[in-house]
Amino acid sequence: MITRTDCAFLAVFLLAAPVSAQQFTAGDITVDQPYAFETAPMARAGGGFLTVVNEGDAPDRLIGVRSELPRTEIHLSSMQDGIARMERVDALDIPAGETVELAPGGYHVMFLGLDGNAFEAGEEIDATLVFETAGEVDVTFTVRARDGMGDGHGSMEDHGEMGEHGAEGMSHDMAPAE
Amino acid sequence: MRGKTLIATGAAGLVALGVGVIAFTSFSGGGAENCATASVGADIGGPFELVNAAGETVTDADVITAPSLVYFGYTYCPDVCPMDAARNAQALDILAERGVEAQGVFISVDPERDTPEVVGDYAAAFGDDIVGLTGSEDQIRAASRAYRTFYSLPEDRSDPYYTVDHSTFTYLVMPETGFATYFNRDTTPEEMADTVACFAGS
Repeated sequence: MITRTDCAFLAVFLLAAPVSAQQFTAGDITVDQPYAFETAPMARAGGGFLTVVNEGDAPDRLIGVRSELPRTEIHLSSMQDGIARMERVDALDIPAGETVELAPGGYHVMFLGLDGNAFEAGEEIDATLVFETAGEVDVTFTVRARDGMGDGHGSMEDHGEMGEHGAEGMSHDMAPAE
Repeated sequence: MRGKTLIATGAAGLVALGVGVIAFTSFSGGGAENCATASVGADIGGPFELVNAAGETVTDADVITAPSLVYFGYTYCPDVCPMDAARNAQALDILAERGVEAQGVFISVDPERDTPEVVGDYAAAFGDDIVGLTGSEDQIRAASRAYRTFYSLPEDRSDPYYTVDHSTFTYLVMPETGFATYFNRDTTPEEMADTVACFAGS
């Protein structure tokens, strides 16, 4: 039998520290592997991606994202007959017991207003995800190299599961031109 | 729902593209007629006049000097466009390794925000073998019409981060013969490189 006190202890413990460098938890919600892709130097917007696991018995909703950038929003890319559309959404349902992926080509976090401060591989972007029930979850997006960027020096090895690895693989590509 | 100005350029052609089936044929033959092609119900491509990263007005004859992977997008697009641009860049990398000359052409459909400098910077981020082009609204509309692409700018562009709906096909255009085929988003860099190499006669 788990008592209310146990729950409180558990909650404090879970909130105290990320489970790992790539995992962030609050209540029944675990946010796994937040990452963003490197952008062009003058890019104004960047996309962030992650996986949300709801281990609880009740549905939750992602209702907001904050970061130090001028605007951070939840967007949905969709594709119909070869036409890409993107729209801002107010909330994203995270059903009980389910895993929801924010992945390229679908839901993503939109970082708006980079304005001269491009995402560079290996960089980390702090953000706060706001869930209706679980509350706020502070996360860190690791910027990954994107295959095909950086004038062809990227390779499949550059973006493994761990963002750190991608950073090492891409660092020489993203160095400013002398 | 935000109001949109629809700039449909050849809806019939677009539908033909949307339902087009990529028919792969043997790569063993020497001529372009044996290359993988996508069925298209209308003429695609032709003359255009746009503005390059240096701010110079350029025509298709100036730009299409090598087998070209032509894509219409916009640089504020953080998700789909860079995926496609990166895929095209990977195909160009494969072609470079094989010694096949080819280039990418990224044409912005968002001239207000994509200045020559911005589109040039964006293209260069994916490789120095990618040309970034923008232009006046009229120039871009004409180029989009020629390639039967679709884009839709919001009527109200007071939000600096407005999004643009746009088609995501990549067109293979040859210097002498013009449009050869198109690729949809599912095409892999390897498949794309094979097709370009085939048309290039390599």
